[in-house]
Amino acid sequence: MEKTINVTLKVWRQAGPKAKGAFELYKLDNVSTDSSFLEMLDVLNEKLIKERKEPIVFDHDCREGICGMCSLYINGHPHGKDGETTTCQLHMRRFSDGETIVVEPWRSAAFPVIKDLMVDRSAYDKIIQAGGYVSVNTGGVPDGNAIPISKIKADEAMDAASCIGCGACAAACKNGSAMLFLAAKVSQLALLPQGRVEASARAKAMVAKMDELGFGNCTNTGACEAECPKAISISHIARLNREFLCAKFQD
Amino acid sequence: MWLIDSSIGRKFIMSITGVFLVLFLLFHSLMNFTVIISPEAYNAICEFLGANWYALVGTSVLAAGFVIHILYALYLTAQNMRARGKERYAVSKNQKSVEWASQNMLILGAIVLGFLVLHLYNFWYKMQFAELTGIHTGQFHPADGAAYVADLFSSPVYCVIYIVWLVALWLHLTHGVWSALQSLGLNNKTWLPRVKVISNIVSTIVILLFVSIPVYYLLGCGSGC
Ligand code: HEM
Ligand code: SF4
Ligand code: FES
Repeated sequence: MEKTINVTLKVWRQAGPKAKGAFELYKLDNVSTDSSFLEMLDVLNEKLIKERKEPIVFDHDCREGICGMCSLYINGHPHGKDGETTTCQLHMRRFSDGETIVVEPWRSAAFPVIKDLMVDRSAYDKIIQAGGYVSVNTGGVPDGNAIPISKIKADEAMDAASCIGCGACAAACKNGSAMLFLAAKVSQLALLPQGRVEASARAKAMVAKMDELGFGNCTNTGACEAECPKAISISHIARLNREFLCAKFQD
Repeated sequence: MWLIDSSIGRKFIMSITGVFLVLFLLFHSLMNFTVIISPEAYNAICEFLGANWYALVGTSVLAAGFVIHILYALYLTAQNMRARGKERYAVSKNQKSVEWASQNMLILGAIVLGFLVLHLYNFWYKMQFAELTGIHTGQFHPADGAAYVADLFSSPVYCVIYIVWLVALWLHLTHGVWSALQSLGLNNKTWLPRVKVISNIVSTIVILLFVSIPVYYLLGCGSGC
């Protein structure tokens, strides 16, 4: 049997980047506990449209936890309270009947609000553009196992590569630091022989870009790791520090 | 200059000065502990670390370490507050794994600094400073550290003040020691839990050595027991 709950939503509404925002209360009845958080917002938006009101703007895309587009700070946690879950994978059965749910956008100087709950996360794209890739010459595809890579390294690199670039790390951090994201993006390449070639230049360029974009300094609180929907470990941050410091001392 | 301009460079300075201060504390706590074992031995150390060139060089390096650590702490914290943005979350909660100390390093540092000033007045001003300038600032001989310790801790209020101070320092260190190793890149998945345990052990040893002294006098053992 399908179960339904009634909830009150306290949602941040902001007309534009410069406009002053405020919370607004919405009551939503008969929400299926099988629906996801975003489906619940869809239902609310349909209701708002029928009432000829502005629907709430929020980011989303794949809705299966792999693209990193969804965001939302729900009841004091990015992607909600559950660990290792994106907002699109968060279900209404995690909430209780009659609950008031507070929904805010990511708040970080480097992630300005565009409208309502949608923020500009292009800062992360700019960090990737600064060096989060391996330069290759086009040509024949090399054999898959031509370069031997140990299982341990491959696994560690794969763990780092599971970062979806959602921005929850900087959103959760009291210092507004993007170090977990950066560490994942540096580690996924630094661990592999193909990525080693440009490792020093990459670490330096990406860190310089991060600082330029106004992210904070990491003080190792670990809030990022605790909130990351992909459970990226802060041990990658130690690797990033090591890569960066070694690169600087070599100069 | 990358030690000022880059976030990881700034953290490098923070962690190097932090580790330096921790090493100093380790030495300082061991040295102080001798006052319980033998006040004569303690006074011999005080004599040795009086107004001579090596003790003064040591003191200056130490003071520089403090000043750099504090200046960077203020600079980093100001930048971090700016990075967090003007608009704050209405509701923000921490997951259980986030240590309280890790989010309050500046407050803990400020408490440590406040008591440090008092501490310098209690001891350094009456000992090394007195010896240096020849001004008699305290009631005992400048190298008679044991007498100053016994006198100060004959007041239970001072004992409690020092214990509170040491608790704040303990909290600063439980996060600080492993954080410094992480900032220096000396950490990985296997070592992360171990480094945290090491951090707790080191800070607890240092603080227990220090705390033992006011507790010793508080229990009345200083006057012969
Ligand atoms: C005996 C005194 C002190 C010792 C042994 C000490 C030690 C440390 C250590 C080891 C760290 C970790 C560094 C890192 O994460 O890389 C640290 C961080 C910090 N300390 Fe201290 N500290 C002392 C005094 C102070 C004082 C007086 C202040 C401020 C007024 C202060 C403020 C801070 C702050 C804000 C941090 C965090 C900065 C960051 O992680 O970016 N500390 N301290
Ligand atoms: S490290 Fe985690 S929280 Fe940060 S962007 Fe990647 S997936 Fe999101
Ligand atoms: S919408 Fe793609 S991860 Fe949530």
